[in-house]
Amino acid sequence: MEKSMNCLLRATNLTKRFSTQDPPVVDRVSFTVQHEEIFAILGPSGCGKTTTLRMIAGFERTDEGSIQLNGKTLECPYTHISPERRGVGFVFQDYALFPHLTVLENVKFGLTGISKSEREYRAQEILELIGMKAYHNRKPHELSGGQQQRVALARALAPKPSMILMDEPFSNLDAVLRQSTRNEVRRILKEAKMSAILVTHDQEEALSVADRIGVMDQGRLVQIGTPEEVYYRPKTKFVAQFLGRTNLFSAQATGLEAHSNIGSIMLDKPARGDVMISIRPEHLTLEQATPANCSGTCGVIQNREFKGHDITYLIKLDRGDCIVHTDNRMPFGVGDNVIVRPLEPAVVLDNDSTRYTPDQSIFTSSDTGKSSA
Amino acid sequence: MGLAKNIQKLPPWYFLFPAIFVGISVTLPLVYLVFRAVDGDWQQSYELIFRQRNLTLLYNTLALTGGVLVTTTFLAFPYAWLTSRTDIPGNKLITLLGVMPLAIPGYVLAYSLLGLGGTNGTLAQLFGIIIDRPSGYWGSLLAISLYTFPYLFLNLRTGFIGLDTSTEEAARSLGLSSFKILLKVTLPQLKPSFYAGMLIIGLYVIGDFGAVSLMRFETFSYALFLQYESAFDRVYAAWIALMLLTLTGTILIGEYKLLKGLSFYRTGTGTARKTKVLKLGHWKWAAFTFVFLVTLIAIIIPVITILFWMAQGVDPIVWNTLGHSVRSSVMASAPAAVLAIFFALPLAYISIRYPSRLSSILQRFAYLGYATPPLALALAFIFFSLSAVPFLYQSLGLLVFAYALHFLAESMGPIRSALYQAPPRIEEAARSLGYSRFKAFWLTTFPLLKSGIIAGAAFVFLSAMKELPITFILSPIGFETLAVNVWSFSAEAMFAEAAPFALCILFFSILFVYLLFAREWKRA
Repeated sequence: MEKSMNCLLRATNLTKRFSTQDPPVVDRVSFTVQHEEIFAILGPSGCGKTTTLRMIAGFERTDEGSIQLNGKTLECPYTHISPERRGVGFVFQDYALFPHLTVLENVKFGLTGISKSEREYRAQEILELIGMKAYHNRKPHELSGGQQQRVALARALAPKPSMILMDEPFSNLDAVLRQSTRNEVRRILKEAKMSAILVTHDQEEALSVADRIGVMDQGRLVQIGTPEEVYYRPKTKFVAQFLGRTNLFSAQATGLEAHSNIGSIMLDKPARGDVMISIRPEHLTLEQATPANCSGTCGVIQNREFKGHDITYLIKLDRGDCIVHTDNRMPFGVGDNVIVRPLEPAVVLDNDSTRYTPDQSIFTSSDTGKSSA
Repeated sequence: MGLAKNIQKLPPWYFLFPAIFVGISVTLPLVYLVFRAVDGDWQQSYELIFRQRNLTLLYNTLALTGGVLVTTTFLAFPYAWLTSRTDIPGNKLITLLGVMPLAIPGYVLAYSLLGLGGTNGTLAQLFGIIIDRPSGYWGSLLAISLYTFPYLFLNLRTGFIGLDTSTEEAARSLGLSSFKILLKVTLPQLKPSFYAGMLIIGLYVIGDFGAVSLMRFETFSYALFLQYESAFDRVYAAWIALMLLTLTGTILIGEYKLLKGLSFYRTGTGTARKTKVLKLGHWKWAAFTFVFLVTLIAIIIPVITILFWMAQGVDPIVWNTLGHSVRSSVMASAPAAVLAIFFALPLAYISIRYPSRLSSILQRFAYLGYATPPLALALAFIFFSLSAVPFLYQSLGLLVFAYALHFLAESMGPIRSALYQAPPRIEEAARSLGYSRFKAFWLTTFPLLKSGIIAGAAFVFLSAMKELPITFILSPIGFETLAVNVWSFSAEAMFAEAAPFALCILFFSILFVYLLFAREWKRA
């Protein structure tokens, strides 16, 4: 689908094994990155996302597949351009700032082949961009985590690489800082008109920073799309569950409609027979159950979690249960009889995805992925 | 495909080649040693191996090793306990005093013990007390034990400090008495420290030549020297060297077997509690007495003896020789220190950044050079140079090379710990910024290793300055270092003449000890 001419990076069938007995850590991964695009590779730890990034940087060799940047082949089984000749910037998870150099010297480090005054000018310019000009004389250990993060980004940006690769760039920051740094990094990248690949296990991070996301599971890219696409229209059960809380129902489809344990529901695409469908909790709403509207599909509220701006209900249905996010004006309490109404069509999942069912309960929280990091 | 992957995993050639070169340099001479030994006919070899004398040598060597291990334990254990688990005042000074005996090498200590007794010894002249000159087994035992016990002391002290005291408290809550706790909980946990210290001391005793030769106690090392220097029986010398190597190998394997399966990690997840300190109260005077006695015998008396002989008047010609010896010692030790760094840096780098079977084998070779008894190593180098590189025979270059290989292991520690502190990703960061593999290392990691490299080079330099047996055998004709002069004059009972050289050695050794102490203190 991305055959357009302005594609910057093209990775084709990247495959990497660390030992011959085990399955490959990266398995036939293909994707493209456009100019000025921020692409996120999202997946649980150990899914092969960092290895993919390191192959693009040239720190790891590929066993199969190829990488092209600006039409030039960087990597294929018979070619290996060394990392220093790829023109690709890398931001490490632990930043890897040079501890013996000041902030300014760190930024100047990659500026070679230009005059001294140009180096100085370019370094100051980039420090200005990241808002760290006042700290240019500090050593890395004198900076906070967020500041180190920005210096690492500046150091990678300074030589004007073709693109920037970022390995879990926000994972070493505390929660409050993470949010603001995220926005800041996106602003800097966009302002510098820079393409980037970001690797993360945090779905919120990927959704908010990236223009497009590739979701990775057990070495494979299972879905690529915009944040909205992967969130609202997950292809597999894994994607549906990894990107946030969701309700998974088995249903009997008859064209664009299906019958499930919350009753009749619209589908996003036509299907027939037994299917697995996913619907986000915020795409459901609740109604008071009355003898008139309750035709065997009503449920009982088991738990109510008031979170200020919204409420999460856990509903016990005839078979299994489901979660519903509503705004805070819903008047229901625990024990009330309710009917669950879909607001949007449910998503039909590919039925080859059998993985990622922690137990037989119908919903899982998005924390499953996060906590394993 | 698999090939490409393997190449990727290999360290760069400029690190791999020196490391492999070290491995070859340590093993090849030893191979020549074996060749030389089996050179004669089988009849002769059979006679040489099954001589009655070998049994005597083995008995003497083992008896001395055992004796030293027992003596050092009695000195080091209370010392380590006092400085780590009690509130003894002046802990830092007492710890320093416990390390200080390392500044007086075995042969200098032997020299001062010899100068102490006898009808015109220090004791006789100062106090009119005449004791027999210590010699033989007991003289060797005393000299070597006093010199080496700090190695065990430092290991035990680190062990005590690292001990998780909550296990002792758990034992107490289960109703065990203090003595039982010591026996059943504390001591077993100290085993690794004990073994580590004993390994160093054991290897030192079987390799020691200076002290046993001055005390005229025939161990393998001394016999090897006699065969080589006086009898010129090189085949028998080679056989003795092989027996020494076998003994060393047995000790190393024994250590490996003992340590296997011994791992005392803390199992709990909470932070390790600070060690509970015992209040000594009036017992502190007993502790002070112990410390004073050890210091008196190991440091004060030897130093006073050296100064006493110095005051007896030294022949002015000796002063000339002194300057010459200092220059000789430096001329061999300084290049050795630099060369050792060139060997140690690649080895340390490979073992930490490219851990594999190959790198761990290469690293073991570095320690093998250290564990090999110095006389056996020197003899192997003689045989090797005579047959393979005759132009190096009796050259300064060969001496420097042997020093570097032997003391290489001493520089590994500081370099390795500096490497552990250098973040591994900074080299990749430099590469993604356009620098080649070597430049990336040179500009990022190397600057962070500077202090480790300086410390490592200093250890090698100072060790080489006081080295005796290798110097003896490998030095060019007429090349006399400080250590060689101390030994030769002492062997002739010319104690006054030996004094200035001994004092010089003392000076360099104190620097060594200070460096060691500063690092240990910081670590603990």
